[in-house]
Amino acid sequence: MASLGLQSGFNLLIKEGPKVNAKFELKPPPYPLNALEPVMSEQTLEFHWGKHHRTYVENLKKQVVGTELDGKSLEEIIVASYNKGDTLPAFNNAAQACMLVWNHDFFWECMKPGGGGKPSGELLELIERDFGSFEKFLAEFKAAAATQFGSGWAWLAYRASKFDVENAANPPSPDDDNKLVIIKSPNAVNPLVWGGYYPLLTIDVWEHAYYLDFQVLILRHGNRRPDYISVFMDKLVSWDAVSSKLEEAKALIAQTLSLKFYKSELSFPLDVAPIYSGGAACDEAGLECHVDA
Amino acid sequence: MATRALLSSKTLARVVRANAASHSRGLHAYTLPDLDYDYGALEPAISGEIMQLHHQKHHQTYITNYNKALEQLQNAVSKADSPAVVKLQSAIKFNGGGHINHSIFWKNLAPVREGGGEPPKGSLGWAIDTHFGSFEALIQKVNAEGAALQGSGWVWLGLDKDLNRLVVETTANQDPLVTKGPNLVPLLGIDVWEHAYYLQYKNVRPDYLKNIWKVINWKYASEVYEKESS
Ligand SMILES: [Fe+2]
Ligand SMILES: [Fe+2]
Repeated sequence: MASLGLQSGFNLLIKEGPKVNAKFELKPPPYPLNALEPVMSEQTLEFHWGKHHRTYVENLKKQVVGTELDGKSLEEIIVASYNKGDTLPAFNNAAQACMLVWNHDFFWECMKPGGGGKPSGELLELIERDFGSFEKFLAEFKAAAATQFGSGWAWLAYRASKFDVENAANPPSPDDDNKLVIIKSPNAVNPLVWGGYYPLLTIDVWEHAYYLDFQVLILRHGNRRPDYISVFMDKLVSWDAVSSKLEEAKALIAQTLSLKFYKSELSFPLDVAPIYSGGAACDEAGLECHVDA
Repeated sequence: MATRALLSSKTLARVVRANAASHSRGLHAYTLPDLDYDYGALEPAISGEIMQLHHQKHHQTYITNYNKALEQLQNAVSKADSPAVVKLQSAIKFNGGGHINHSIFWKNLAPVREGGGEPPKGSLGWAIDTHFGSFEALIQKVNAEGAALQGSGWVWLGLDKDLNRLVVETTANQDPLVTKGPNLVPLLGIDVWEHAYYLQYKNVRPDYLKNIWKVINWKYASEVYEKESS
């Protein structure tokens, strides 16, 4: 245990070093625009990615290039500019644009041609542990997406908020930490702003995400958001991608843990116990933390 | 003494139940208001397809869910189930707001041949010049705020009855204008949810905002203004 901290702390600091602006470019989905046909049409992707997502990237550039936020990663801008949920437009525009770009990059990755089905391995185990069963998870996720009033997103995220980021909006109750959670967020909001959340899966429930594909049914029957959500879970979701997000989350949590330990060693006198206490949080989570690698 | 108290509270409960039952029989169910014009009559500014879908499906859904929520509220109130009463508030605000807002919106629109797009005259015209500089300046302000609104919502021209002045406000989702201040009366509300324009304008909300002025019914806004301003 004594070997963790300093070394990994420095590694993380180096990783957060100078960055180029490539992240402010429109990133294409990891498949051709017609690859999700007939479930999600090429036309929807042409507008959703080619127009909406592109506009968000343009807005982000306008908000950020030449400011102190330039050169930071999307994640850093989101957390730095969200300002604890204060919605003053002047301060919030960069965060809004940045979250919309981040969310859409993430959303495209959450789908694949021939997706759907059931997750496996550790992801499935965690889902069963935290929701009772995969079916219960599905029902809860669909309900969250269907009941997000107005535009927004539903998320599956890993919550490890004992390692909260600075500037977070709503530090949640520690009793509910270290587990998978389903959350919904309005408009552009991304769980990163709450601190301690690691997004694994998202669905865009803005009307633009499904209006073109469901217009015939909408004209006949009215709101089809629940149908869109079902089709997304049955035929589009990429559980491989969600699993690899879980792996990334585990690695990030491990890094945060060691950085926290490193910081606490620096800022507290030696006789005060550091916040991190022997990996208990990771064990509770059923995650392997590899803190002292 | 204790027996009497028990008896009377039982009687009271019976009376309360009876009242609740008669109330629920009389609970007002909201219905979809008719439009004063055909679905296709606002073309080319707003397509007939959008109007039909927006009115028949979207507005109807708010009404259906509003009625449902009111019925549940009635039940919760009659059982003195406070957590249920409080829990219903968001559904009532959303669906009731959706009904209020769309009912105003349909009145705010009129086909060109029935005066749609004709700038306001009389006292509202004067008030707009006074508060915003000009009619064009008002349009620019509404368009800018409507385009900048995050996600779904409404942009309003309202009357602040206390200060007797005109204001431009935005509200999120289906929040009615009154949520921005108890003295605010809506004269004109423009729906900037994507469903209001997507089939025709796709991602270009500013074009929808630019064109909707061609079918705005200023007669209606003027009537409300004259009635409500002092
Ligand atoms: Fe989107
Ligand atoms: Fe609407």
